Amino acid sequence: MGLLSDPNRRRALIGMLTRMPVDWLVRTMQARGLEVYTQRFSRKLPFPDEDKERYMVKGTNVYGILRAPRAPRTEALVLSAPCSPGNENNQAVGILLGLAQYFRSQIYWAKDIIFLVNEHDLIGMQAWLEGYHHTNTTGMDWSPLQGRGGSIQAALSLELSSDVVTSLDLVLEGLNGQLPNLDLANLFYAFCQKIGVLCTTQGKLPRNDWDTTSGYSHAVQTMMLMVLKQASSRPWGDHGLFLRYHIEAASIKGVNSFRPYKTDATTVGRLLEGMYRKLNNLLERLHQSYFFYLMPSLTRFVSIGYYMPAFGLLALILLLRALDLWVQLSSPPTRTTEDGVEVVPASPGVLSILTPLVISHLTGVALYTLPVLSQELAVEHFPVSETEAVVLTAIAIYTAGLALPHNTHRLLAGEGTEQGWKVLKLVAVLYLAVLLGCTALINFSLGFILALTLVPLAAFITPHVPKTLSAVVMVILSPGLTLLFAVFFFQELQETPVTLQEGWMLYLSVISQGILDHALYGSLLYPLAALLVYPCWLLFWNILFWK
Amino acid sequence: IANSYNRPTLIQLQNTREEEEEQQTTAQQEEQTKRWEATELEEEHVHDAAVPPLAGDPPAADPPSPPPSKDDFQEELVIRPLHSGDIYASFQFRTVWDADFMGDQKVSHYRLFPKSLGQVITKFSVRELHISFTQGYWRTMQWGQPYLPSPPGAELWVWFQDTVTDVDGTWKELTNVLSGIFCASLNFIDSTNTVQPSASFKPLGIGNVTDHSFLRYATLPREIVCTENLTPWKKLLPCGSKAGLSVLLKSEKLFHSTFHSQAVHVRPVCQDPQCRTTSMELRQTLNVVFDLHTSGQGKREWSLFKMFSRTLTEACPLASSSKVYVDVTDNPQGEQFELSPATPLLTQAVVLGDRRTYSVYDLTQQASFGSSRSLNMLLRWKMLRPLLHSERYVAGYGLQAGEIHTLIYNHHPYRAFPVLLLSAVPWYLRLYIHTLTVSSKGKDNRPSYIHYQPSKDRERPHLLEMLLQLPPNSVTEVTVEFERALLKWTEYTPDPNHGFYVGSSVISALVPSVVAMDTNSTLDRPLFSSFFPCKEEASYFMRVYTEPLLVNLPTPDFSMPYNVICLTCTVVAVGYGSLYNLLTRTFQVDEPSPGLAKRIANVIRRFRGVPLL
Repeated sequence: MGLLSDPNRRRALIGMLTRMPVDWLVRTMQARGLEVYTQRFSRKLPFPDEDKERYMVKGTNVYGILRAPRAPRTEALVLSAPCSPGNENNQAVGILLGLAQYFRSQIYWAKDIIFLVNEHDLIGMQAWLEGYHHTNTTGMDWSPLQGRGGSIQAALSLELSSDVVTSLDLVLEGLNGQLPNLDLANLFYAFCQKIGVLCTTQGKLPRNDWDTTSGYSHAVQTMMLMVLKQASSRPWGDHGLFLRYHIEAASIKGVNSFRPYKTDATTVGRLLEGMYRKLNNLLERLHQSYFFYLMPSLTRFVSIGYYMPAFGLLALILLLRALDLWVQLSSPPTRTTEDGVEVVPASPGVLSILTPLVISHLTGVALYTLPVLSQELAVEHFPVSETEAVVLTAIAIYTAGLALPHNTHRLLAGEGTEQGWKVLKLVAVLYLAVLLGCTALINFSLGFILALTLVPLAAFITPHVPKTLSAVVMVILSPGLTLLFAVFFFQELQETPVTLQEGWMLYLSVISQGILDHALYGSLLYPLAALLVYPCWLLFWNILFWK
Repeated sequence: IANSYNRPTLIQLQNTREEEEEQQTTAQQEEQTKRWEATELEEEHVHDAAVPPLAGDPPAADPPSPPPSKDDFQEELVIRPLHSGDIYASFQFRTVWDADFMGDQKVSHYRLFPKSLGQVITKFSVRELHISFTQGYWRTMQWGQPYLPSPPGAELWVWFQDTVTDVDGTWKELTNVLSGIFCASLNFIDSTNTVQPSASFKPLGIGNVTDHSFLRYATLPREIVCTENLTPWKKLLPCGSKAGLSVLLKSEKLFHSTFHSQAVHVRPVCQDPQCRTTSMELRQTLNVVFDLHTSGQGKREWSLFKMFSRTLTEACPLASSSKVYVDVTDNPQGEQFELSPATPLLTQAVVLGDRRTYSVYDLTQQASFGSSRSLNMLLRWKMLRPLLHSERYVAGYGLQAGEIHTLIYNHHPYRAFPVLLLSAVPWYLRLYIHTLTVSSKGKDNRPSYIHYQPSKDRERPHLLEMLLQLPPNSVTEVTVEFERALLKWTEYTPDPNHGFYVGSSVISALVPSVVAMDTNSTLDRPLFSSFFPCKEEASYFMRVYTEPLLVNLPTPDFSMPYNVICLTCTVVAVGYGSLYNLLTRTFQVDEPSPGLAKRIANVIRRFRGVPLL
């Protein structure tokens, strides 16, 4: 943080970044007999991205189409390699060009093959996909594409930073937790086995000792990594954006570790050739296998039929609790006064329910809009950069929301009755159940993590539990802190533990990335958390402090 | 070089022509070896001064004057090196027969005209028939315009005689018969994919028919063309694949190519310049593009043998003309490639608005078959920019809605020209016609004519025909939104996840010519330049087909219902069956059958009306 706080320094940095060699790529692809086109795009980020050091992004995508002989341009496959400044991904672009040359001289292609070199990784990919499908979901400027190859059936993205690799890692998690068809993963695994390349998912090798404790914990770790990545709702590779368009896609990353046995680029090329020939032979889109799965290793998967009941049981708690409250409310306990007269408590006014609902949602709206809108103001008054301003504003609004119960009750003096909190809790519990159910259907991992933290609260919170202890527990289980724990847990699972200080910095950057993902690619995690999950949690917070 | 000819169409370079003189001044050496094919203007002149033919000439099928023979067969191959480095070979076989199919007397004696086709034309009262089978998409941006455009898959359009009363019934029968003749699935043409374009498809032969109720047009974008379609096509040729140019048509090479299209066109044409009587013309065309990058290991040399794995040895004995043209326009001084064996004959033709120069090999002359029978060529190219090309794609994502975009490019620097856009969209894409927008250069471009026929579910497709004016140097974008229909479960194809096809749009245009059109319509123009009728001097007719589209419809998971149906049916059958059996069965004690005496006694008792025993 703070790297780009000085505007002059930022400009210098951006100027330093070398551009992609567009002309050279066009000439090289043309020499290999492809139809070559370029696409220009530009995008101004809502605030500077300090991880990738970019703010005003301008770039060019270059793609070459290998036209399949005697094919009517109805189907296409995509091979993409991000071309980042510096030498990070040179080998991938090299392999891509080599494959283009080899593929061009083959006669067996039935689908057009598009070789895409995209600049500024995901932003370029987003521009290209939006251009290809002529949609504009994120307000990016791009020039229209000149050449197309029909409907894209599958895509692979290649990331390779060294000449030799020890293993290949398959990345599946895409935007909003979408996953490609499991057959794509199976295909990759089958070819790795055939060619004899080590292949991993989440950077973990598949193991065969399932029945031992260490083997089991290894599998659980791999699966937890996948759950956390999926829950993050962000694309974990350039393939992630294809999934929105119903294109099966995955990223293949070359890993060069300290293992003695290395694989050269030719083998990687053979692997890709095999995969493309298989995909080329497909009559239909990949559809026979699973779209919803969790992978404890590359060879095994947990299907939706096994993991969904776990979530269902969690959601059942909410429904039972709601039923309980409903029964209590419909047969109110008559209270006998000292005189022996039975007093039926008055049913609470609509206002007492509506006010907390509206106020907590308005807080959510503030959390969603204010950070980006008020960055100018914050930068003027505080010595922080724009990115820091956005993140810290978000945290400030989030924390300020905790003071709400007092303010709510100031508005509704004397309205807090026993009936009142029960009705509010009934609404909140049903709200949470619907929210979690919908989330889990779209993105199971996110729904499950939220359910794990929020369902216990929802079940036990009443105004009568010990206030201080419950408040501490509630704050710990709040969505914001869940994210913080998830960051530490993720680092732990990746075997790169961080100190508290580093973890906090990482946490801040994760929040800024989440907001950026929403603005740039349409990731739904930030609006979901700000507009729905956080207000829902505030309702329970409100119940705890019911007077 | 033999300076002789048996046809009046060839003249020597010494004949005075301005163009030749220009050629002479520019290339002194070439003049010794090159001759021009004559145009009609010089024909009579040459006719008078005709040199007697050499003894070694192959027998010409027809004498120089047309009347005595009632039918006539010509064959021709044009080879054009394309800018992308590919080779375009276009075969045309033309049979003209002076028989009158439309008259009353029955045509029964067939010589060159294929009998199978002739009978079909007579039986179904067909005025014009155009059928094409294409595998691959013509890449206009890389290859320029084809001589005969055709959409991917199969295309069939027919003009019926105005004596036909039940056009739809005849059309259905005709497609079934053609399906048998060409071994293709033309029988899948039904009302759901047939349209009656009002403006785009006018008769190409003579006849001034405007009532488009006698026209039927259908495409099958899914049709896959292979050898079983080629064999019946070859059988229609007088020489089969035994002699002449058709020996080159070997399927293993033709289908080892980048683009393959074969077509049959039947139309009435004028018999003589005065057009007193009509003849039937049958043109069989076959267009193929070879990718020499693939087969030549990156080298761009080619020869007949490399392309077809055959060489030419003789003309078809039945043919009155048999020629091979090689496009050498881009090689005027021979600096870009060389052709061997060198041919002394050159011809010029205005094709698609451009004056092209061709080297001619006349196969009816023995001299064409030198010691070497193959051609070799090396070439380099500059950028190509076709005047008119188009692009079409589906925009949007998700399985509910979408948008069809059609882009039409006019690359002419200063001329605007009108085009007719025809698109037939299947009913399961429900077009929202109110969302139709046409824009050029960012401005609204209102079509001057729109013919729209809405679809009916499961009966007929959408038909949209528009007359658009393309501004110079512009891109015109036509967009229309659609909604994807949910089909009934029996209507899905066996491979529903492949997607559903939408046939090519057709753009018919009068494109401004690059050179002024040659006005004298010569008898001896090469066949490939004279297919579409062209009256206007400064423009030429052209047709461009867009890509077909592959659209995914919402598709149920067919494996799941299958399992569920099987399981539930079994459970219901077993459970309900046994329960029903139990409930309706009556149990009774089965008595042993009575003896004969007792039965007779009972019969008597029934007659008497007393209770039975």
